[in-house]
Amino acid sequence: MSKIKAENVNVYYGSKQALFDVSIDIAEKEVTALIGPSGCGKSTFLRCLNRMNDVIEICRVEGSIKMDNLELNSRKLDVVRLRENVGMVFQKPNPFPKTIYENVAYGPTIHGIAQSKEEMDQIVETSLKKAALWNEVKDRLDEIGTGLSGGQQQRLCIARAISVSPEVILMDEPCSALDPIATAQIEELIDDLKKEVTIVIVTHSMSQAARVSQKTGFFHLGKLIEFGPTDKIFKNPDNQQTQDYITGRFG
Amino acid sequence: MTSLDPGLPEEEDRQLIQMVSYKYEAEVKDLLLKNPDYLGKIVPIKLTASDDVDQVHKGNYPRDIPEENRRVNDYQLQIYDMLNERGDILSEFNISFFTSPDSREAELAGIASSFMGTVFSILVCLAFSFPVAVLAAIYLEEFAPKNKFTDFIEVNINNLAAVPSIVFGLLGLGVLLAVFNLPRSTPLVGGITLSLMTLPTIIIAARASLKAVPPSIREAALAIGASNMQTTMHHTVPLSMPGTLSGTIIGLAQALGETAPLILIGMVAFVNTIPGTPVDPAASLPVQIYIWSESAERGFVEKVSACIMVLLAFLILMNLAAQIVRHKFEKKWS
Ligand SMILES: Nc1ncnc2c1ncn2[C@@H]1O[C@H](COP(=O)(O)OP(=O)(O)OP(=O)(O)O)[C@@H](O)[C@H]1O
Ligand SMILES: [Mg+2]
Repeated sequence: MSKIKAENVNVYYGSKQALFDVSIDIAEKEVTALIGPSGCGKSTFLRCLNRMNDVIEICRVEGSIKMDNLELNSRKLDVVRLRENVGMVFQKPNPFPKTIYENVAYGPTIHGIAQSKEEMDQIVETSLKKAALWNEVKDRLDEIGTGLSGGQQQRLCIARAISVSPEVILMDEPCSALDPIATAQIEELIDDLKKEVTIVIVTHSMSQAARVSQKTGFFHLGKLIEFGPTDKIFKNPDNQQTQDYITGRFG
Repeated sequence: MTSLDPGLPEEEDRQLIQMVSYKYEAEVKDLLLKNPDYLGKIVPIKLTASDDVDQVHKGNYPRDIPEENRRVNDYQLQIYDMLNERGDILSEFNISFFTSPDSREAELAGIASSFMGTVFSILVCLAFSFPVAVLAAIYLEEFAPKNKFTDFIEVNINNLAAVPSIVFGLLGLGVLLAVFNLPRSTPLVGGITLSLMTLPTIIIAARASLKAVPPSIREAALAIGASNMQTTMHHTVPLSMPGTLSGTIIGLAQALGETAPLILIGMVAFVNTIPGTPVDPAASLPVQIYIWSESAERGFVEKVSACIMVLLAFLILMNLAAQIVRHKFEKKWS
């Protein structure tokens, strides 16, 4: 089933066009990987999905992006509601300089999700468990989140993102600052999460895309060159450019 | 009570009286009120020396110039030497320096009025400039669109920070006193005038520290669905507070030593009462230094030194207090 349907998305930074007629169908409760050389517009596309491009004054998005038939690229859209439903994990772990507990509880607090302290404790615990961080931090929830290791911080950011039970999670190179062990933990986590949420992940690692995703999209110079089941993209792509990129001949 | 020793000729009696401070009448009265049975007896009494005798005692007064050029004549010197030999001249810590208002007599002058004036001015200055400056900085940094108008405001804030303080004094005189008819010579007017000076300093510091908050923190908050207002109030502003506070201290410290604008709005007046509220007339410490340094009497030199020390101590204390506050914030966010 399609969760997000983008049609003819064009994005401009000032007069410079960064995305050209991108159309893509993102399936529900699957992992979709976006790959491509640096500067090809993967992050730009990802940020269209939770309207983070609004923050960039010169950025203009055209075209239609529908989530469950709700038009995302509309002035009337409640961006706060959207971002509650579409979480995001960034390339560099960016926990708030607050306690671990406060980091996870922040989303539920501002959206009024928990009715009581017990409920909030429960949400924090579940989120941290889902992010595979609970066992490491359960005795020091009141320590500052920025004091954790890089991998732990990134899992804390994932816990923060899932604390509001989003339907979609966007990840922009979530493992690029992490070592192989932490990366493996996050990949495992992604595998678990996809039972409940739709995940779109940008990655520079071919092997990671192959390991975690069901669908893969290849971007080049702002265009979506090829999009299809991961197996097919990696074993038998239709497009020569895709073939070259995947085998490491350019990019 | 006009005579120290009714048995003495009038001229010598007058010269004796000149050796003690004007306060002697009150001092004798106090002693009698406390010990009514002293009336009619001969008892020892402690009187405050006049500033001239004080200077003689401290060795600051030349004894070798001709008598007619001296403020202490031969007869008075004789009495002084006699008392001094008997060990009847004592130097004590001058508590009244801190509890008395200004006076024309050096030995009586104190800093209570100017100290309270400074405290009230700084509080008024803080109350006016801090909220306005912080809100202005938040608006300009987080919410204002970037256009010609906001550029214009920005340039003018920077210009404002460079305006000589005397100009602000004239503004206070022309607007606060003449147009709004606020009470002259009061810390209220002084504080508002000073706040015009600290305003740009605080705005610039607050904007710089808002700018220094990493964008990733803003993105994190926005991405979880915080509104712009929530992102600003929950994350950006608290993170920028240490920097804003240190900028505020710098601004207040400048204001603390400011003299020229206060002179213009009349805080240079001779005030011999201690202000109880910001709308009572008062001097301020730097202006007090200015006033006393213009006095001819040698006794005021020491008053000036003491007043400078108090001002510096005040500054150090303020910085210390602010550092402690700042440290507390930083710990919470590190
Ligand atoms: N804030 C911005 N202002 C102007 N141009 C931008 C901005 N962000 C991105 N771009 C431009 O848009 C294009 C796509 O950038 P984007 O960040 O989406 O690439 P990417 O595929 O995510 O690259 P990477 O793999 O290096 O992260 C680039 O040419 C970039 O220069
Ligand atoms: Mg990117």
